[in-house]
Amino acid sequence: MSARTEILDRLRSALHDAPAAGDIPRNYRHESGKAEDELIELLSDRLVDYKAGVSVVDEAGVPVRVAELLAGAPSYVVPEGLDERWTALAPGRMVDSAEDPLSVAQLDAAGAVVTGSAAAVAETGTIILDGSPDQGRRAISLIPDHHICLVRARDITGVLPEALRRLDATHPLTWISGPSATSDIELERVEGVHGPRTLDVVIIR
Amino acid sequence: MSSTYLGMPALPAYGQGNLHATEAFPAAAQRELGNTQLRANLGHATHTIRDKRLRVVAELPDWEELRNAGAATKASVMARLPELLEQFEANFTARGGTIHWARDAAEANRIVRDLIRDAGADEVVKVKSMATQEIGLNEYLEEQGIAAFETDLAELIVQLDHDKPSHILVPAIHKNRSQVRDIFLREMPGVDPDLTDNPARLAEASRMHLRRKFLSAKVAISGANFAIADSGTLGVVESEGNGRMCLTLPETLITVMGVEKLLPSFQDLEVFMQLLPRSSTGERMNPYTSFWTGVTKGDGPQDVHLVLLDNGRSAALADEMGRSALHCIRCSACMNVCPVYERTGGHAYGSTYPGPIGAILSPLLTGITSEENASLPYASSLCGACYDACPVKINIPEILVHLRSVDVESRRGNAAGKKKLPGQMDVAMKAASWAMGSGRRMALVEKALPLGQLAAGPDKKIKKLPGIAAGWTQSRDLPAPPARSFRDWWAKERGNTSSKEKA
Repeated sequence: MSARTEILDRLRSALHDAPAAGDIPRNYRHESGKAEDELIELLSDRLVDYKAGVSVVDEAGVPVRVAELLAGAPSYVVPEGLDERWTALAPGRMVDSAEDPLSVAQLDAAGAVVTGSAAAVAETGTIILDGSPDQGRRAISLIPDHHICLVRARDITGVLPEALRRLDATHPLTWISGPSATSDIELERVEGVHGPRTLDVVIIR
Repeated sequence: MSSTYLGMPALPAYGQGNLHATEAFPAAAQRELGNTQLRANLGHATHTIRDKRLRVVAELPDWEELRNAGAATKASVMARLPELLEQFEANFTARGGTIHWARDAAEANRIVRDLIRDAGADEVVKVKSMATQEIGLNEYLEEQGIAAFETDLAELIVQLDHDKPSHILVPAIHKNRSQVRDIFLREMPGVDPDLTDNPARLAEASRMHLRRKFLSAKVAISGANFAIADSGTLGVVESEGNGRMCLTLPETLITVMGVEKLLPSFQDLEVFMQLLPRSSTGERMNPYTSFWTGVTKGDGPQDVHLVLLDNGRSAALADEMGRSALHCIRCSACMNVCPVYERTGGHAYGSTYPGPIGAILSPLLTGITSEENASLPYASSLCGACYDACPVKINIPEILVHLRSVDVESRRGNAAGKKKLPGQMDVAMKAASWAMGSGRRMALVEKALPLGQLAAGPDKKIKKLPGIAAGWTQSRDLPAPPARSFRDWWAKERGNTSSKEKA
């Protein structure tokens, strides 16, 4: 008998008392009902608490802010679908795509990465990347030491259930809540272990 | 293809691997209680994390509603487990993943070894995983000439020190910063000899140590926190980015996961991703979570495997009272509030799963008749703090009591129709019941109290009781009984007054 058949048989016989699969009570919050300004403020507050940098700019202010954040980085990575205007003022741009990926060594040598995002959750301070063309392969937002993430105000939701409704489960998803961190030594939080040590979030109104 | 169930198997299939204690809890606990450094580290750590957790849980107005949804979802998953596994398999496979089924620890280990060899590798990087700890994968791979590198900071500390994890969330909780520095200086090749015990410096040292491994590894091994049946998605929750490194950079990814980790739908994550981070690390959300569904072309590993592990889970599922232990999402909130865990630490439990959840899960997976695990259901004061803390409302005290009764029944030896001779406990209980059955007899027994004073000696402490009562004084002193009983005192001091008042 194959392991698969045997395990499924064991599980079926374990359920010989036929327990009922009851209804799930879903009386928790599904909406926050917060206005855009409140959401921006809450998301900023949470991200700062995680030691991420936050700036709120209008569409026209993006290239200036991105260039300021990239100052000092000799080169940086962008996914091929990122709006070119947003990094127009910063020299040293390297483009990555699934068809023409940069090597791990190139990513390691790059000082920073600039990506978009698919959704954000204000209450938990979480930004979600789903591999869309403006966010790129998962490796690019992982290996460079500085991640600059652009979040559109309209993509900020209040509570987690709102954000999940906007996502496709079959896309590779990366949820980011602050920079890489550990609390493994005496539970003292240290930012920056293996992922980017610096996270800057630019919220676009 | 689904199979038809043809009858009850003769014997439940119990789990193997690092689930069995090598000694009974009372003996292990007594030794661990003598380690004052351990108790100091643990006391600090569990209180810190407990306070943080209470703060972030209090922020959510709907915490109880989330717990109710989580508990009901898990009960529903257990009731439909075979069907959900088949649904998950179909979806994961349709998107390019490969599923392997493992009846027990040995079979899972062999599958993983063969996959690593097929990939042409002799070393792997690992994300912290309870399932691979449970099956003893690292030890097995080492015997097979394959080096497995733990990449989570705490797991790395434990691995470098040739020690065992003592907590499911913070495995090196029993070590403080200077102990960690000493381990790094001794065991980490090329480490800065001037390394201080500052946690940030220690984290930096682990980054330098593992960076090249991450960027060159061909095969990675992970566990999974969730598997989503309706999409075929797997998820890993972490903090450091070592998880993301393992899950996205190598060509081959092998995940080992217990069959109970399923959730019916992607929507269910809206409940569990609120419950888990707040319950485990006391954060609103953990820094990184990754979800993948089979293979994504041009992004991440292109050869993706999942080993679905039984190893005693079907046996646990068969226990109608105990099956809800399988609801556990490994948050560790129960151990952080447990007065027994706080004093003994995780090693005393023997199994990969320590603390209150381990005290029920381990004997359910191995069978209560497993010699050393039979003592685990007694490793509790039944105070109920674990039940209050559990985000999916596992009634741990109730299952502890249930397992104690199963243990007592199995010891009675009446299976063959023979009654054992009454033990010391039976005799003592019988005598107590006789004495307490009447006030006159009780008064007579109390006349013996001064004898206790005599036995205690001048420091008024009894260090060693005889017979089965010796267990009580194994790791604590018993204060001497009072010189006279309350009954005696009342009769002499107030006896007359009360009769006058009545009159």
